[in-house]
Amino acid sequence: MGRSIKKGPFIDGHLMEKILKAKATNQKTPIKTWSRRSMITPDFVGLTFTVHNGKIFNPVFVTENMVGHRLGEFSPTRTFKKHGAHTAKAEAK
Amino acid sequence: MARIIGVEVPPNKRIDIALRYVYGIGPVNAVEILARANIDPSIRAKDLTEAQLSQIVHAIQDGKYVIEGDLRRELGMNLKRLQSIKCYRGIRHMRSLPVRGQRTQTNARTRKGPRKTVGVQRNPNAKVGIH
Repeated sequence: MGRSIKKGPFIDGHLMEKILKAKATNQKTPIKTWSRRSMITPDFVGLTFTVHNGKIFNPVFVTENMVGHRLGEFSPTRTFKKHGAHTAKAEAK
Repeated sequence: MARIIGVEVPPNKRIDIALRYVYGIGPVNAVEILARANIDPSIRAKDLTEAQLSQIVHAIQDGKYVIEGDLRRELGMNLKRLQSIKCYRGIRHMRSLPVRGQRTQTNARTRKGPRKTVGVQRNPNAKVGIH
């Protein structure tokens, strides 16, 4: 079941603080965050985040299309492994 | 041959069944459209008069049903959007793996297609020592 519209999108308080600060001071340095569960709202557009995936922080530049998704969707937590020879030709695919 | 919205040709079936051959019209929509057009659903598609056919077409167009090419395009756009923003769902689509969190150690054959056995392949660079 989806989330009630009455409540509005979920954004972690600490992340919202950082965003408001970055917008006020107009600084372009990426915002480091662990908050994968926060939903992207139109406020986020144009900012860069580095989203933790459990190990490293993946840079995510937020565009308009991403509104409504969560930050975690853009920072994969698993490495994709495939079978077969790891030749240059196979890797290029 | 009965034609509804361009190319659909389902002749000997009841019209409520025949309508479902249009991409984007299922059991519920078919009944709804016929009710809107005031047509008995038990008529065979080939027995419809010109007037009745145009009534159906009108009912479909006025009812804002997204069908055929438009619907296919819409679905394609949704996919493209997910893939272009590189979100998890988009990535799963690109790799043709299940998108909604299903297991992939076994099963998932609908998405993955027939089993492909990959034999041991030697790394051509192994002897040279480059990995």
